[in-house]
Amino acid sequence: MALIDLSGVSKVYRMGDVEVHALREVSFAVEERDFVAVMGSSGSGKSTLMNIIGCLDRPTAGSYHLDAREVSKLDRRELARVRNQTLGFVFQSFNLLSRTSALENVELPLLYGGVPARQRHARASEALARVGLADRAHHHSNQMSGGQQQRVAVARALVTRPRLIVADEPTGNLDSRTTVEIMALFQELASTGITVLLVTHEPDVAAYASRVVVMRDGRVRTDTRQEGRRAADDLRAAPPADEAPQEVPA
Amino acid sequence: MIPLETFRVALRALLRNKMRSFLTVLGIIIGVGAVIAMVAIGEGAKAQVEASFASMGSNLLIVLPGSTTSGGARGGFGSMPTLTWDDLRAIQREAPAVRYAAVQLRSNAQLMSDDQNWATQVNGTSPDYFRIRNWKADRGRLLLDSDVESSAKVVVLGQTVVDKLYGAVDPIGQTVRIKNIPFEVVGVMEKKGQSPVGQDYDDVAFVPQSTFMTKIQGGLQKFISGTIFLSATSTDSTERAEQQVTNLLRDRHHIDNGADDDFSIRNLTEMANAQAEGTRTLTMLLASIAGVSLLVGGIGIMNIMLVSVTERTREIGVRMAVGATPGNILLQFLVEALTLAVAGGMVGVALGVFTAGRLAAKFGWPTLVRPDIVVISVCFSGLVGVVFGLYPARKASQLDPIDALRYE
Repeated sequence: MALIDLSGVSKVYRMGDVEVHALREVSFAVEERDFVAVMGSSGSGKSTLMNIIGCLDRPTAGSYHLDAREVSKLDRRELARVRNQTLGFVFQSFNLLSRTSALENVELPLLYGGVPARQRHARASEALARVGLADRAHHHSNQMSGGQQQRVAVARALVTRPRLIVADEPTGNLDSRTTVEIMALFQELASTGITVLLVTHEPDVAAYASRVVVMRDGRVRTDTRQEGRRAADDLRAAPPADEAPQEVPA
Repeated sequence: MIPLETFRVALRALLRNKMRSFLTVLGIIIGVGAVIAMVAIGEGAKAQVEASFASMGSNLLIVLPGSTTSGGARGGFGSMPTLTWDDLRAIQREAPAVRYAAVQLRSNAQLMSDDQNWATQVNGTSPDYFRIRNWKADRGRLLLDSDVESSAKVVVLGQTVVDKLYGAVDPIGQTVRIKNIPFEVVGVMEKKGQSPVGQDYDDVAFVPQSTFMTKIQGGLQKFISGTIFLSATSTDSTERAEQQVTNLLRDRHHIDNGADDDFSIRNLTEMANAQAEGTRTLTMLLASIAGVSLLVGGIGIMNIMLVSVTERTREIGVRMAVGATPGNILLQFLVEALTLAVAGGMVGVALGVFTAGRLAAKFGWPTLVRPDIVVISVCFSGLVGVVFGLYPARKASQLDPIDALRYE
């Protein structure tokens, strides 16, 4: 069975007297180890889809199986548990805790997972090393560049060894060079067995994914597999630009 | 999440805004400090009242002779001797609730040592008097029954009198002249301090009652020209003793039913209780006013916690996204409020104890910091923290993670 299996999922918001159909009977499956980009203009329902897949929200109708478990009817507490154990999030605005070190930011999901302190430290350090920030563990987020902050966020997402990482416009606040770095990171994660679901409106970014899903008006319009996708690692090796970290407003 | 971790997270969040946290707990600090200080001062005042009554004597009753009426002018209590020596003996014999009974015959006289003189109150009495008043000799001895029987010219002096007449010289064995009659100083009383109305208990001299009547102030042989001091057998029996003595004296004085007593009895235990009760009421009043400021402090905590929840909406969203349950978030903010309140409570205790001590030193009041009040105050401030922290914490835990993450 697929890791993500949505069938007939609808989401209706009520705004005063008006009903907004954010998703209309979406059926959609993602296999394990896949790297999927969800595209669409604003209002297309891609964010709603991501929230539901990310267990931040529940569908109005339909069923959602995550890792063969029906999660659409879980309560807030159980959803929090699923987010903690099965999922990792990466956001456009990084969403690191301010005035908190990189290491502690990465430890946060383990804290809620009830992992003992010693183990938390070891695993968080390991995750930071994996994103190439072992030497920045004790830096606070405001002492790091946008690219570095986003890498801390990626480390936070993968520290729990999740099945799925959901990334919402992860490169939206980054310049093109750091975008390549982050995309390389996602490609690497996908190759090591973590499924990645990426929401973006930039075709350039979607080009790194192995599969591109385009949403419009709450429905899946196109669903294409890209065989000749871009390899971020090749691009990264090419231009040796200056190393000065770029400050990007959060 | 582990409780210790929750506490660490809370502590860090509070330390991030040190000034704000301090101002928030100021209300609690002042509230608890005020409660502790007020109760300490009140308890001190109560203890002082009790001590001064206790120093008058234990389970003390004083029988005063009745008033005279001559030509329409009523003379007030003690203006006519109505108590007889036979009355005294009858009380000693027939009132079972009375343990000791002794007279206090009073006169003011000039006392002269070899080179100093001092006017003081000279009392004629018997050894039981010292038992009634719980009064011991500091040096030398008290009056003896043999002194009374032989009308010995001996005197026991209070500390103040000794200071005035002899200074540092040992007065025992010295001769002091009272109304020009030489008395041998046989003892010095323990220092007793002040009466509830500020009278110096130690400015006094005691001579045997028999000597008093023959040498210092002559009087009628039959009547006692003074008062009778009684002690009841126990604290509980003071009222019984009062009743027994009243009945006995009315009977002996042939007073008809409905007619006024020709004597009066002061029950010192009751007076002490009444005064202590008054002090307690005042303490409660002060403490409740202080308690109101604790309540205000609690509202301050709620206010800041609400601000904090709004300010940290985004942080709450992030925590939820990475797996914090609503319970985790609730606990975190609750622990923050509780930490604020209890920290404030503890600082308040220190402040209260300090303030009470300073006030006591400045105004010469006694203070008593009651450990139970300290514990209650800290617990109560903790309760304030939980009660006023609950609403903001609940509000935080009920946030929708999506809205919280999008919050600007």
